[in-house]
Amino acid sequence: MALTKNEWIRMEKEANAIRNLTLDTCNWAGGAHMGGSLSSIDFLTLLYFKYLKFDPKNYDDENRDRIIVSKGHIGVAIAAIFAELGLLDPAELKTFNLTGSRLGVHLDSRKVKGLEASTGSLGHGSAMALGEALAARVTGRKYKTWVLLGDGECDEGSVWEAAMATASFHAIDLITVVDRNRFMIDGNTEEVMKLEPFADKWRAFGFDVIQTDGHHLRTLSDAMEKAMQAKDKPVCLILNTIKGEGISYMAGNPKWHYGAMDAENYKQAKKDLAEFEAKRLARVEKEA
Amino acid sequence: MGGMNYTVVDSKRLATAEIYGKTLVELGEKDKRVVALTADLAKSTKIGDFKEKFPDRFFNVGIAEQNLFGIAAGMAKAGLIPFISTFSVFASLRATDQLHTDICYQNVNVKIIGTHSGTSYGQAGSTHHAIEDIAVVRSLVNLKVIVPADGIETANAVRAAYATDGPVYIRINRGFDQTVYADENYGFELGKGVLMNDGNDITVIANGSCVFQAVQAAKILEHDYGIHARIINLHTIKPIDKEIILKAAEDTRRIITVEDHTVLGGLGTAVGEVILEHGRACAFKKLGLNDCFSAIGFHEDLMHINGIDTDSIVKNAVDMMKHAHVVEITAEGKTTKALKFDDRNFEAEIDWTDEV
Repeated sequence: MALTKNEWIRMEKEANAIRNLTLDTCNWAGGAHMGGSLSSIDFLTLLYFKYLKFDPKNYDDENRDRIIVSKGHIGVAIAAIFAELGLLDPAELKTFNLTGSRLGVHLDSRKVKGLEASTGSLGHGSAMALGEALAARVTGRKYKTWVLLGDGECDEGSVWEAAMATASFHAIDLITVVDRNRFMIDGNTEEVMKLEPFADKWRAFGFDVIQTDGHHLRTLSDAMEKAMQAKDKPVCLILNTIKGEGISYMAGNPKWHYGAMDAENYKQAKKDLAEFEAKRLARVEKEA
Repeated sequence: MGGMNYTVVDSKRLATAEIYGKTLVELGEKDKRVVALTADLAKSTKIGDFKEKFPDRFFNVGIAEQNLFGIAAGMAKAGLIPFISTFSVFASLRATDQLHTDICYQNVNVKIIGTHSGTSYGQAGSTHHAIEDIAVVRSLVNLKVIVPADGIETANAVRAAYATDGPVYIRINRGFDQTVYADENYGFELGKGVLMNDGNDITVIANGSCVFQAVQAAKILEHDYGIHARIINLHTIKPIDKEIILKAAEDTRRIITVEDHTVLGGLGTAVGEVILEHGRACAFKKLGLNDCFSAIGFHEDLMHINGIDTDSIVKNAVDMMKHAHVVEITAEGKTTKALKFDDRNFEAEIDWTDEV
């Protein structure tokens, strides 16, 4: 079901709350991976708050849908989402990165309930997600498994080992999503290690590729629904995104892969996010 | 281990890996959660029976070890009990990051069976010898490490791994092992060494294919030299059986370790750590590969060349008996046992009573 206007507005507000909480956590923590968090938050909001069959109160239900966030460095965004879902006490976000905290840059699935996997070393998520998907086949369960990759992460050979196996095992209940924000730590993906023709690579590995604007919630939701209806081939959903989306001085700036803010920067970012939300809500009014 | 039905496997007819394959089928019949995975080594690791019996629970991922370990971790998270089978050299080195992060850090219930370990696939050369695997996997948190002495013990180890929650690494050979045990009922227990021969002159601690060599050596030492050697099969490297090691240090004051592995970081190192940390002094010698790659050849020849066979154990034991004497030292009315070496005089330099 495509997003209704009310749902769209609710999702915009949820995404905005998560962006703000991620920013606040970065501020408390003294630094965080803001760029890749902001490029993924729109997708993760729709996934966690609309599509994923996942009840935070029953987070280890064996029939739940799974999401493995392979780009594990966006733990700060996941922590914010979990606070919004009620899986974490929002007050605990103030301990992020601090000595003795359960929460740090890369989240630990043994400590954070509801988190599917401990990730951080890149290129690991796809294989684990495939394992979850194949296990559903063995146990006769019907859940879907999602995996979110960063685009820079796709330099890792293990991503393609898993891609080959996903197609070979015909694991169509596994949906691979790539946050194509075009930046990695050392710069533009095409300058550091060329990924293009990126969609063709996935097609050659046996995937149906769906490309979408990763920041237009209605367009994105249509693409996610299409991905969930895969029948013949597994799907790779490529999200065209902007690293640092929503904050003027971070957007498209690789410097904000990981960064810390001073008081002035933080104030500006809060102002930017408020304006960004207003702009996005105006878009809903115009297009819904 | 309570409540498990033991099936006696026939070691006379079956190679170690075949016994592993058979035991896996037995577990697969009992428990639907057991799945088998490999990376193009189903035939070589003898898990073909499992594939035939349970085709829906068998996964060959092609030549992709990182993927193999990651998939197994995901399956374990979803409640299955994956048994991974590949060569030890690939299990320990080719997918170490996945073993570390996906399996050990998350403490998932994956069992790893590394075959063709040590120099057992001798003809294949150093790309296929696994002489560093124990050093690597022993350092990984949450991972239990077992090195069975023969096929019978492999069956016990596989069942013990199944009965233990969490990751376990089992290191077996290519499959042409000498048989050490007549049957499975000798009291195998994860984390407990097995006394193979009692003696109070010297202790030889071995695992894997070296256990057979050590047992043979004890007979020669007894018969030809009148040396009573204590032989311990320390099949579990982690958690290590401190008690049996310390008792050997206490009783015999001379210890030789033997392993088909580099002397850096394996069985010898693990035993040495226990002795040192408990302030026990004893004459100590590690037999294994001395920071070198092995030659190519048949396993039994390589064991001779690398100094981990019966002859080498006998020679080293006799040598240690000649040069390291247990003496009694009496000080302040208290008598303790200590060591005296022909070629070294510790007493002249330090107060050598070892009761640190």
